[in-house]
Amino acid sequence: MSLSLPTEIPLQAFLVVAAVLFCAGVWGLINSRNAVRVLMSIELMLNAVNINLMAFSSYLDGQLIRGQVFAIFVITVAAAEAAVGLAILLSLYRNRETVDMERFNLLRW
Amino acid sequence: MTLASTTQLICFAVLSLTVVVGAFGVVLLPNIVYSAFLLGGVFLSVAGLYLLLNASFVAAAQVLVYVGAVNVLILFAIMLVNKREDLSDSSGLALRRVLSAGVCGGLFVLLTRVAVTTPWALPGPASIGEEATARIGEHLFSDYLLPFELASVLLLMAMIGAIVLARRDVFASDVITGEPADQGLIEKARTPLLTSKP
Repeated sequence: MSLSLPTEIPLQAFLVVAAVLFCAGVWGLINSRNAVRVLMSIELMLNAVNINLMAFSSYLDGQLIRGQVFAIFVITVAAAEAAVGLAILLSLYRNRETVDMERFNLLRW
Repeated sequence: MTLASTTQLICFAVLSLTVVVGAFGVVLLPNIVYSAFLLGGVFLSVAGLYLLLNASFVAAAQVLVYVGAVNVLILFAIMLVNKREDLSDSSGLALRRVLSAGVCGGLFVLLTRVAVTTPWALPGPASIGEEATARIGEHLFSDYLLPFELASVLLLMAMIGAIVLARRDVFASDVITGEPADQGLIEKARTPLLTSKP
């Protein structure tokens, strides 16, 4: 059965939601003091990219859904990134006894 | 307008509202535990958006990987580094917030303008709907086989790397020769290398 998927929801609506998510992620990435929140912001940005990929694959590439395959790979890489990032964060916390991003300035002039 | 499309519109409105409010909550709330739970809500709502796009397999993968693994991992990290610390104000923080909000707002306006003004090739080819999962399997084992196998290597590397980075106990002597191991670069438990106050 083939669902009629350009439905009432326009493609642009998905893109705008993804844009809001991405911009919130960028703002959080720049302004967060807590290092865990920085990782959360990165996850938000990756999800925004995934929404874009899925919307394009459903609306413009309905037969060969290559965007969905790309979204699967993005999810895989995001899981690996979260694991390594949180391990680095734990190691950093044991060495510096803080998670404040402003005090991780060892390599900054 | 049929009943099904009305239901889709209502679902889309609710899900996108949840995504947007949840994302702003994640970056704005002062308590980071609330942020983590809101992040789980955002992930679930994004999975709902995938279901609206007829992508049931990716929605299931999103719930399993993001809500089940990444969010739990973030909660564990919060639990392990949960120290109340009053963040000292550094100079120009408010100015930085305002400036970056301006930059992000400009980025949002740019993205929205591109999304609205671009003549997308709509309507595209008909969606295959329910057969998406089978099509993803065909892709993964034919033309995307090499990235699929590389993803398994990447996951193995990430697992080993995370264990090596986060573990604390080290061998005091070399297992094979019995000599004392050189631990100059291995951090010891409870002896922070760098606690110099700026």
